[in-house]
Amino acid sequence: MPVVEYKVPENIDAAVSMLSNTQLSTKVMAGGTDLIIQSRAQSSDPLVVVDVKHIDSMMAAVIVDGGLNLGPSMSCAQFTARHDIKAIYPGLVEAAYLIGSTQVQGRSSIGGNLCNASPAADTIPALIANGAECVIQGPQGERIVAAEDFVTGVGQNCMAQGELLTRIQIAAPQANTSDAYLRFIPRTEMDIAVAGAAVSVTLDADGTCTAARVSIGAVATTALLVPDAAKALIGTKLDEAALAAAAAAATAASKPISDRRGTVEFRRHVVGVLTRRAAVIAAERAKEK
Amino acid sequence: MSEAKQYKYIGTRSIRPDGYDKVTGRANYGADMSLPGMIWGKILRSPHAHAKIKSIDTTKAEALAGVLAVASYADFPSVADEVVASGEGSSNLLDLANNILAKDKVLYHGHAILAIGARTAAIAEQALGLVEIEYEVLKPVLDVNDAMAADAPVLHENMFTQGLAETPTKASNIAARQEFKMGDIEVGFAEADIIVERDFYTPTVHQGYIEPHACTASYDQDGQSMVWCSTQGHFDVRTSTAKLLNLNLNRLKVIASEIGGGFGGKTTVYLEPVALILSRKSGRPVKMIMDRDDVFKASGPGSATRNWVKIGAKKDGTITAMQALLHYEAGAFKGSPVMMGCMTAFTPYAVPNMYVEGYDVVVNKPKVAAYRAPGAPQAEYAAEMVVNEIADKLGIDPIDLRLKNAAKEGTQTIYGPKLKAVGLVECLEAAKNSPHYQAALKENQGRGVAAGFWFNVGGQSSVTLNMNPDGTGTIVEGSPDIGGSRASMQLMAAEELGMPAENLKPIIGDTENVAFSAGTGGSRTTFATGMAVIEAAQDVVRQLKERSAAVWNLTADQIEYQEGETFSGDNRMTVAEICAGAERTGGQITGRGNINARGAGPSFAVHLCDVEVDRDTGKVDVLRYTAVQDAGKAIHPSYVEGQLQGGAAQGIGWALNEEYVYSADGHMENAGFLDYRIPLASDLPMIDAIIVEVPNPFHPFGVRGVGESGIIPPLAATAYAVSQAIGLPITDLPCSPPNVLKVIQDNA
Ligand SMILES: Cc1cc2nc3c(=O)[nH]c(=O)nc-3n(C[C@H](O)[C@H](O)[C@H](O)COP(=O)(O)OP(=O)(O)OC[C@H]3O[C@@H](n4cnc5c(N)ncnc54)[C@H](O)[C@@H]3O)c2cc1C
Repeated sequence: MPVVEYKVPENIDAAVSMLSNTQLSTKVMAGGTDLIIQSRAQSSDPLVVVDVKHIDSMMAAVIVDGGLNLGPSMSCAQFTARHDIKAIYPGLVEAAYLIGSTQVQGRSSIGGNLCNASPAADTIPALIANGAECVIQGPQGERIVAAEDFVTGVGQNCMAQGELLTRIQIAAPQANTSDAYLRFIPRTEMDIAVAGAAVSVTLDADGTCTAARVSIGAVATTALLVPDAAKALIGTKLDEAALAAAAAAATAASKPISDRRGTVEFRRHVVGVLTRRAAVIAAERAKEK
Repeated sequence: MSEAKQYKYIGTRSIRPDGYDKVTGRANYGADMSLPGMIWGKILRSPHAHAKIKSIDTTKAEALAGVLAVASYADFPSVADEVVASGEGSSNLLDLANNILAKDKVLYHGHAILAIGARTAAIAEQALGLVEIEYEVLKPVLDVNDAMAADAPVLHENMFTQGLAETPTKASNIAARQEFKMGDIEVGFAEADIIVERDFYTPTVHQGYIEPHACTASYDQDGQSMVWCSTQGHFDVRTSTAKLLNLNLNRLKVIASEIGGGFGGKTTVYLEPVALILSRKSGRPVKMIMDRDDVFKASGPGSATRNWVKIGAKKDGTITAMQALLHYEAGAFKGSPVMMGCMTAFTPYAVPNMYVEGYDVVVNKPKVAAYRAPGAPQAEYAAEMVVNEIADKLGIDPIDLRLKNAAKEGTQTIYGPKLKAVGLVECLEAAKNSPHYQAALKENQGRGVAAGFWFNVGGQSSVTLNMNPDGTGTIVEGSPDIGGSRASMQLMAAEELGMPAENLKPIIGDTENVAFSAGTGGSRTTFATGMAVIEAAQDVVRQLKERSAAVWNLTADQIEYQEGETFSGDNRMTVAEICAGAERTGGQITGRGNINARGAGPSFAVHLCDVEVDRDTGKVDVLRYTAVQDAGKAIHPSYVEGQLQGGAAQGIGWALNEEYVYSADGHMENAGFLDYRIPLASDLPMIDAIIVEVPNPFHPFGVRGVGESGIIPPLAATAYAVSQAIGLPITDLPCSPPNVLKVIQDNA
């Protein structure tokens, strides 16, 4: 990729203007842990790179009224070190913590993970399970898209050229709500999810599940929200039958492919196992709140 | 024998002399050499697994500005149909040439076809895209079973199976058959109370050395040429390259760079002859480096195999007969290590009746190369799995069963000689007494035990030990140091000379400043090159005595030498004094050691592995691992432990997740470390290494090679642990989650 220009805007408006006022292809760069590798692989047209790491709001995370306002380009290392965030969304934090290695986490961001739109991206199911909203700024102004609608295909998202993901916001969870994310890889780290599942559950005082969201990754072209799996949990005490039904719903919703990382049968089975296990962990966490 | 002897230097954990350069990044590896005027060579590789090359048109590529040379098979002078020895194996020169640059047929995805030299790597890359090639695509064969089928597409029209009673007249993919036997297995099986037989599969695996192949070559107008490369044997690079390009050996200097791993994979040539051709044609030095994709697709992995083993035993655990039928993939050209498989499969056992038959089969995959104890892990995997199953079925402890049948000094091997002093029994006892073996297991956990045998080799090594006027010395050896052997050379010379190791600097000479030395392979370097070092040191001592005798007007036999000093009566001189005065006693002192080492001592290994299996996902966690091995004498215990641990790590990877994944049309789909899954540090527990020392009577210090045996037992130790954890037999590697889950589900 011949990078013909490398720009470092200091605010969102400047970034959006750089992204939209040019005839050349443009790419936002956050950590660059996807972008740089992809540009090496495909020598394409001249490119303008807009590095957003100098925009303060893109790099910060604040808890507002018990919910999260996340600058999408904050490094995973900074994000996962935030105990205040982990206390509310432990599953999202553990998803971010799974990305790459210590070195990679020094750069990689949740926004980059989301925009890159890999079917196996680890934070996307956790964002979806938490009902995250994506705030997008373009030349025409701001719009908000639900996390489950943000990714539209393998490597594709809903943003047009010139648009920038400026914020990821998650509303304050109800009382006794928590989440968990699990992925399956054959090794312990530095691998790509063969399947992933994020579950968020809300329990009432006697431990009955009153609300749930289940999202699965790496088993379809995009991470999927699985309402049937959530339904299987809601109204139950997450007993064996409910967990089995949730697992079956996740398996049923998955549409994986066979490739060097796993077969269709394996992925369908394992995504159910992960869904069940994530539900159990999320419920334990919710009880402790 | 060295058992009782106390040593001052050997057996210590000295700081490795190459350590500082490596940790500070100063060490120069294969890709680190650049020369003035240098250009870049890039290789065009086959997109097909099996195809005839109908035509090649390089006109457009050659017209591109910056392109300076093109190399193809036609640039080899007529190559003879002869065999050259290299590393632990040998290759046919025609096949070697054909593998380096395909002649008229491509035989695997990634097979090199031609190379382009250009001013920059980018131009070379661009020029490759302008080459026009017409192929006639053929059906590939990717498995021994398919390759041996009567109607299989044939890779080589001129390949007729060797080793049959009658050589067939129809070409096939079966390059050779061999058999080894002793006693009478029919009698043996008739005596048995229990017989177990099973089929096993092991996939194609790669050594996974971290440093890709790389070289810089220059061919001068006066016909002198130079290659700098990452290799396990620069003399072997010289031999093969000189033969391929028809050069006298004194016209080609090969310099071994520091090497970032080889494990057998760097005992042959891929780039070096091509770089020299490009250099000759362009008049420029040429650098070529493989990327990881090239390394996986087009260097030499380890054979995939399909092996069948049958073993019979009496109720008391006495094994009465052992039989195996081995099929090894050679890759695109004949020459798998199946013979080594035949020779090693049952060698840990003293059993009178054995029969092993092996087939060497070509398939549309890269030509295999040596991989740590080449051929042994696959065959011994099958054998050890069945031995474990027999122990289980008889209710006998697997170590006890092995002790009952263990090979020892005097045991007749299937391949000819009787074993000399070996340490299998000692290894088994050490394993049995280890805290690991005593530890209890929990639910979903299992333990596997396996033994491993490897011959180790000796061969030619040359060393000169140049003493400096201040009494320090430089050890010039010809064996590339992959696993810390320089430290061992230093310690052995220090022991012999009775002077501090840091006063002796070991270096790897190029092919011009030390005489021929076989490569670093076959676990030979510390043993054989070590013997040459000892001999050179003794030669120095002899001369130190002569010089002292001259000064004191005595004869050399009146002089004693100890701890860096000569003495006779009241006369004493230090090495430094003798060397400082050498000017007056006949010039400086050089010790020489040129040997063809015999008496390599086999190294037996016994490993213990505990795993836990997640029954819902098939995922295997290695909980605890112990590697016991006979080192003869551990010259540098840390590097011996390193070899034991490294062998175990690679073998665990082989057992758990490593495999070449091919599409139906023969494309390798996981040519990278993301999807070719070697174990990460976090995947493995600390591997406990237990060094057993049963001295090799044929080495002055008792050394045996330790580099290879350690990769043999992990396959069965790990896979058997998995089968114990799930309570079901495992036969096929790898024990990857999908494979293990399938075994569990199929038996649910
Ligand atoms: C060694 C290694 C291991 C990895 N392991 C994992 C893993 O385990 N799990 C996993 O999910 N991923 C993994 N990744 C992929 C990658 O690190 C993650 O996807 C990471 O989150 C990307 O973040 P980034 O900030 O580096 O993105 P960048 O590379 O900077 O950007 C990625 C893409 O998003 C676009 N983009 C980024 N930010 C914005 C924005 N604000 N608005 C609009 N577009 C934007 C960029 O233009 C680009 O197309 C790994 C990568 C490496 C190199």
